[in-house]
Amino acid sequence: MPHETTTPRSFQEIILRLQTYWAKQGCAVLQPYDMEVGAGTFHPATTLRSLGSKPWAAAYVQPSRRPTDGRYGENPNRLQHYYQYQVIIKPSPPNLQELYLGSLAAIGIDLGLHDIRFVEDDWESPTLGAWGLGWEVWCDGMEVSQFTYFQQVGGHDCKPVSGELTYGLERLAMYVMGVDHVMDMPFNDPDAPIPLTYGDIFRQTEEEYSRHNFDGATTEMLFQHFKDAEAECQRLLAFAPQDPKSGKRIIMAHPAYDQTIKASHLFNLLDARGVISVTERQAYIGRVRALAKQCADAFRQTEAGADL
Amino acid sequence: MPDLLIELFSEEIPARMQAKAREDLKKLVTDGLVEAGLTYASAGAFSTPRRLVLSVEGLTSESRPVREERKGPSVSAPAQAVEGFLRSTGLTLDQLERRADKKGETFYAVVEKPGRQAAEIVAEVLEGVIRSFPWPKSMRWGAGSLRWVRPLQSILCLLSDETGAHVVPLTVDGIVAGNTTEGHRFMGMGRFTVTGFDDYAVKLKRAKVVLDSAEREAAIWQGAQNLAFAAGMEVVADPGLLTEVAGLVEWPVPLMGRIADQFLALPPEVLQTSMKEHQKFFSVRNPKTGRIEGFVTVANIEAADGGEVILKGNQKVLAARLSDAKFFWENDLRVAKAGMGEWVEGLKSVTFHNKLGSQADRIDRIAALAREIAPLVGADADDAERAARLAKLDLRSAMVGEFPELQGVMGRYYALEAGEKASVADAARDHWRPKGESDSVPVEPVSVAVALADKIDTLTGFWAIDEKPTGSKDPFALRRAALGVIRLVLGNGYKLDLLLQLLNSIELHYEAANRAALPALEAKIEQDKRVKEAFIEQVKKQLGDDVVVTHPDELRDRSNRMFARYGGLSGDQLRLTHAKLSDLLSFFHDRLKVYLKDQGVRHDIIDACLAMPGNDDLTLLVKRATALSEVLKTEDGANLLQGFKRANNILSQAEAKDGVEYSFGADLKFAETDEERALFAALDKAEATITPAMQAEDFGTAMAAMAALRAPIDAFFTAVQVNSDNQIVRRNRLNLLHRIRAVCSGVADLTRIEG
Repeated sequence: MPHETTTPRSFQEIILRLQTYWAKQGCAVLQPYDMEVGAGTFHPATTLRSLGSKPWAAAYVQPSRRPTDGRYGENPNRLQHYYQYQVIIKPSPPNLQELYLGSLAAIGIDLGLHDIRFVEDDWESPTLGAWGLGWEVWCDGMEVSQFTYFQQVGGHDCKPVSGELTYGLERLAMYVMGVDHVMDMPFNDPDAPIPLTYGDIFRQTEEEYSRHNFDGATTEMLFQHFKDAEAECQRLLAFAPQDPKSGKRIIMAHPAYDQTIKASHLFNLLDARGVISVTERQAYIGRVRALAKQCADAFRQTEAGADL
Repeated sequence: MPDLLIELFSEEIPARMQAKAREDLKKLVTDGLVEAGLTYASAGAFSTPRRLVLSVEGLTSESRPVREERKGPSVSAPAQAVEGFLRSTGLTLDQLERRADKKGETFYAVVEKPGRQAAEIVAEVLEGVIRSFPWPKSMRWGAGSLRWVRPLQSILCLLSDETGAHVVPLTVDGIVAGNTTEGHRFMGMGRFTVTGFDDYAVKLKRAKVVLDSAEREAAIWQGAQNLAFAAGMEVVADPGLLTEVAGLVEWPVPLMGRIADQFLALPPEVLQTSMKEHQKFFSVRNPKTGRIEGFVTVANIEAADGGEVILKGNQKVLAARLSDAKFFWENDLRVAKAGMGEWVEGLKSVTFHNKLGSQADRIDRIAALAREIAPLVGADADDAERAARLAKLDLRSAMVGEFPELQGVMGRYYALEAGEKASVADAARDHWRPKGESDSVPVEPVSVAVALADKIDTLTGFWAIDEKPTGSKDPFALRRAALGVIRLVLGNGYKLDLLLQLLNSIELHYEAANRAALPALEAKIEQDKRVKEAFIEQVKKQLGDDVVVTHPDELRDRSNRMFARYGGLSGDQLRLTHAKLSDLLSFFHDRLKVYLKDQGVRHDIIDACLAMPGNDDLTLLVKRATALSEVLKTEDGANLLQGFKRANNILSQAEAKDGVEYSFGADLKFAETDEERALFAALDKAEATITPAMQAEDFGTAMAAMAALRAPIDAFFTAVQVNSDNQIVRRNRLNLLHRIRAVCSGVADLTRIEG
């Protein structure tokens, strides 16, 4: 296990080290998905690619949005927009725990000095119809990652099983660098000609989006967009597989799934606006889950999602 | 005699599952070995976060050979029958034996099963156990199909005897059993070979793994106490947490830290809960201040710096957690000091159950019922209502939102902050009790009134919407609610007409359901009194006499009122309501039986008392049952029971035969023997004692007087033939037997007593 003992000096250095480390382990280093998502799991590279039997290994940063977590940039740990680092490998390799521990070492966590623990935490995403078993990983009592063996996604059994690692990058970086408030964390090298902190980049946007999420967004429009996304998703999946123009069999699983992602984010926004009652909440989650399942069904009919 | 060592090495097993898993492993493997014909001297099971281990000593090296003999068809039987026999035995014709008997010759199959080697049996049993292990939740991983709690990485399976250690040949889903394992994840030095259990335990310890969870628990507790003691503090005992923490580490290293001053003003329950639930910390109390001022965390590693970095990290996480808690506490205090109005409003939008309205609706009902119950338990009705209105407000507080287990505890703090009386504030905490069998029962009258109202409202509500517990399913914890009512009533010795309170409660449910329509209905009813009277007549007719409850008149009147007021009820609904009430009362009786059985009162004794009127007065019922139970333990009591049964049998037979009831007019002047006359006198005497005693509900005295009848009754049956030829004498004696029955039956229905 290679030990990189130097402490990273910036947020981006941690990301770069993780990218390098997982690239070395053979993962395809992907770029973030270009849509608003609540977590790295929503990236089709995880949700859809964990289905079917084709081997897969990917790692990527995913900007994630949780509208209800907005605190106008004032809370030291809570943000409505933050970054997750996501690793997904199918089938899960037998040494995944060791690979994971190697990544901690790579970002400067000395495994001889810290107390790393795997504490039971089963993962479930009601909107994706997905669940898995695994742990939250503790470093000195702090949760630094989620470690999950996917059992089901979109209502389909995962065969083979994917291993998924999710790092909450801000929290992990703050811990590694000993920073107390996220906005004070160096984003680039503090000795760079133009040093930038996390706050320089995101304090204003946290304020703007907090106001938007809690008070600004037009709820009638959001409700309408939710309906539109739902309808569009189902319409895209209803097309006959045979494409008359190209003469190929083309199932539009990804475009349909984009609509599912949209619906999910719109639901999160509506939730933040406080216009969804407790009983309606379950119904909305159920509607998004139904879309996710249909997309999973469709993806399983495609080449990338088939069983070999 | 070989010894067996099994280690199932996996990724981290959830702490809460380890104890049962190691016991399951022991039972399933040893049962399997015994079933396959092996015996063993002793077995022990162990667990750590990464391994389940079983050590079996003194195993037999092979199973005994078995000879099985099966009789087949006659030699002259049709070919099909013989073929069938060959198929079922797996033999060929020339392998069968022919034996001569009376009918000729018969085929016999003799199968000799030789003894099997232990290794072969162990492999078979272990594979079966692994493949069907009863984990509460299991998973697949990689490309395999095996299920385990988390990925199973290696299997160690060794049989060792004087010739050495031998790996049991076994492969499960690609995992080949071997004789190696590894130690601590960070402090172990790679895989190593073991030769048997002793060697295994020693090498594991060298590789920084304490195998036995009890040893880890002891080390944690001792270490934590030492740390606290050195700082003049004491650790707050928490056996559940200790077990859990011992299941999270292979090499426990306790570390103690201090809680920052700014958090010390938080209620101790908040500090303890936050530290335990989020961080699995033990609380450390300063005996001088009585406050929680420190914590012990248990690391899984001997760090190079003595744990300094680990402790600092934990302290930082704790500070973040407690900052949240402090934020919640301060916000909640603000709401509490303002009178908690924000929470009252908030509960209106929280659904309790979609068929039973919001939490606010529920609180209205509980408050009204608590008023009704208050005088019966010695509480002030206004206080009871006030307490009921406050008791659940903390459900809206930020603190309870974060830590649901603090509900009640926080409610009390907030009620005090809002300036409520101590008795009212205490009810917020205590109306949830008793929370389980080991929890004690509140005694303060206001708390009891709210606790009873809360539980009764829950029960009648779920009964009304047909959500009763079935089998093992009791999602709304209704059995616990009923037992809570029973313990509250009995524990405080209250005289409470349970059925009337159930009816009160049901009425409140109807009222809530019909509130919107009520003014119009009442106006309509006022307008036309005749309609109302006709209504009531109709109900009386529909109800008829089939409603068997202990307060039939009151129930009927009350139901009529309900019917008239909440006119949405039809006669059928009303009948259903009665049926549900009876059913709910039986549910209480069933819970009571279970409860009393645990206290050593026989079920037939309870049945005998349940058959008496007033059986919804639980205190009375238990007094009766206890007295009866005591008297039946005495020799007189037991013999009296026989005497009573004999009298009752003779009388019942005569009544059946003669078609009359001998219920009146036993006359002393027709008595022929001294024993008869003595019985007359004894009955007079017993009645004179029993009647006033029963009125005073002094069952002990009544039953002692009843037991005193034993000697005269026995003497009577020894000396007297009841069925005399003289019809007058016979009738008189039967009427005398009736007096025995009457006297005894006033106390309990003795015909239900067994034996």
